[in-house]
Amino acid sequence: MVATQETIDKVKEVASSYKYGFVTELEAEKAPLGLSEDIVKFISKKKKEPQWLLDWRLKAYKKWLAMDEPNWAMVNFPKIDFQDIYYYSAPKAKPKLNSLDEVDPELLKTYEKLGIPIKEQEVLAGVAVDYVFDSVSVATTFREKLADKGIIFCPISEAVQNHPDLVKKYIGSVIPISDNYYAALNSAVFTDGSFVYVPKGVKCPMELSTYFRINEQNSGQFERTLIIVEDNAYVSYLEGCTAPQRDENQLHAAVVELVAMDDSEIKYSTVQNWYPGDKDGKGGIYNFVTKRGNCLGKRSKVSWTQVETGSAITWKYPSCVLRGDESVGEFYSVAVANNAQQADTGTKMIHIGKNTKSTIISKGISAGKAQNTYRGQVQIQKNAKGSRNFTQCDSLLIGDQCGAHTVPYINQHTPSARVEHEATTSKISEDQLFYCLQRGLNTEQATSLIVNGFCKEVMKELPMEFAVEAQKLIGISLEGSVG
Amino acid sequence: MSLLEIKNAHLKLDDKNILNGVSLSVNKGEVHAIMGPNGSGKSTLSYMLAGRDGYELEEGEILLDGISLSEMEADERARSGLFLAFQYPVELPGVGGMSFLREAVNSRRKFLGEEELDHLAFVKEARKEASKMYVKDEMLKRAVNVGFSGGEKKRFEILQMAMLKPKVSILDETDSGLDVDALKIVSDGVNAQRNNDNAIVVITHYQRLLDHIVPDFVHILSDGVIIKSGGPELALEVEKNGYSGLINAA
Repeated sequence: MVATQETIDKVKEVASSYKYGFVTELEAEKAPLGLSEDIVKFISKKKKEPQWLLDWRLKAYKKWLAMDEPNWAMVNFPKIDFQDIYYYSAPKAKPKLNSLDEVDPELLKTYEKLGIPIKEQEVLAGVAVDYVFDSVSVATTFREKLADKGIIFCPISEAVQNHPDLVKKYIGSVIPISDNYYAALNSAVFTDGSFVYVPKGVKCPMELSTYFRINEQNSGQFERTLIIVEDNAYVSYLEGCTAPQRDENQLHAAVVELVAMDDSEIKYSTVQNWYPGDKDGKGGIYNFVTKRGNCLGKRSKVSWTQVETGSAITWKYPSCVLRGDESVGEFYSVAVANNAQQADTGTKMIHIGKNTKSTIISKGISAGKAQNTYRGQVQIQKNAKGSRNFTQCDSLLIGDQCGAHTVPYINQHTPSARVEHEATTSKISEDQLFYCLQRGLNTEQATSLIVNGFCKEVMKELPMEFAVEAQKLIGISLEGSVG
Repeated sequence: MSLLEIKNAHLKLDDKNILNGVSLSVNKGEVHAIMGPNGSGKSTLSYMLAGRDGYELEEGEILLDGISLSEMEADERARSGLFLAFQYPVELPGVGGMSFLREAVNSRRKFLGEEELDHLAFVKEARKEASKMYVKDEMLKRAVNVGFSGGEKKRFEILQMAMLKPKVSILDETDSGLDVDALKIVSDGVNAQRNNDNAIVVITHYQRLLDHIVPDFVHILSDGVIIKSGGPELALEVEKNGYSGLINAA
């Protein structure tokens, strides 16, 4: 029966090619299954929140009850049973951590498997990292060093305790609780996330980073990130995500709000590698995320860079509201969809201030039976005189069973503004493949090279270490899609 | 033993006979020219040798240094030491010339059991070879063949040949799209690589390239068979009388 065993092993090997698909055995403390006003109260109580925040959550919950799920995206999935999700799950016996030595060793091992040993990270990379495991933030490195400059980088649950005025002023200011169905849900049940505040004139000396990990079965992850950058300040923020491999779908509905004051800049980079489900589309993460930057100040700048390779379904439109005169919004995106993955992603650029400028570079790669949609809105409002937008959407198809779709919405209300939209769709040509093969590259090397070339304009926007990881990730995501 | 041996090669494209029994034997240190009119099967022959999908032999055999290529994919053949300089080099948007060269060279080195070159050693070697081909650093930073002039494309092909050190190189219409000066640079580059351990097959429509890359043997291909073989003087005969005289005589 050797052959049979071999077959089984092979199947297992193929099926588990998602290398982050392990589960960590940790005792978890969960809220009862499902969602109700009591659960919202439970979460708020667990977090020892002030009354105003509980009231805010309950308001969001009521709004959510009255809302409908959006149905305009080009994605198909069975209706989500919101009563079959755990809204709070925390590794049990989480003591107050004074140093990394006190972090559960199992948890540290998980991060090592993810390739981000916390301790090494601390010393080597010069990256300050916040780790969000299921619902709670586990450790934030480098805090003291940042605090010297007046920078606050901590879990948002801590910010609620220690910096309530800032949180109260800005939470929901960019994405109101009733903005959309999933944002309302997040507002009601968010459990943790990162909080960043950079004071006037401070350029944050290192990349700040959060690593998100969904571990528990049937649990949703609803993190909330809030970044505020004062006049003349700068921060670069990185976000990475993985999840174990499970047969059922898991929901990730995050909210990220950015606020940029005069002459400030926020650079927000994401490498998203949630479990995409198996080849037939079983399992995987539903990534329904609302991200928006408010360029409040004059000449402020918000720049989104995303490399999306994971998730069964991606529904995500990181946007910029260009309120301040001469403010700048940028969106650089690579979205890879293979096998049965579905991605509907893009951006919104809302030009309100004068002489505002936005750039959109979107690269969609579809392989297998995947469907990949770019959906973007450029809105130039009446007073946004002299504003400009440039949009470029390129789609690359690998194989003949996948699809690429481009859906731009352009609302122009000012004659002096200029909006440009370019779109291309191409395939990896046989000529290109043959040329690479003739130089001795194998099919996978060749595909990876051509695809990374296609994405280059976006990749060069990523911080160096992140770009290397993202390149590998794209190669892995497309393995076996050619030849 | 021949370095490249083509035995009775037959090939069909869309049910049409293109190669009808080509045989050719190329020894170490030799340069062979294959000439022929349009549609004689010259480019098909080069794709067939390089192992392009859809160009599989119907009948016959090819051996590289005694090893059959028939069952090998294109990349395996390349790593084994077969190089094709393309008539129309392909654009690879966003793929930097230097990284492309390095991937190619390291694939070949790995196959040969040699250590992969580290970044610095590689850049040094690449720059040395590039300067011989008048390829500037700036060109190596650009995407492969994107926005290259005809001459730049061909120079980059020969630079790749110099870096990969193949056993057998096939130059497919390397003179097309070149002006006199560029032709000289490219030919000098090819000649510099002639040695007693490798071999070169030049496929060309015109004789002019053979003034620069002087072949040891010339073969005339017509309707998928070699109808006549000889020395360099055969190319001059083509130049003087055209292909029709030779074809009619055959």
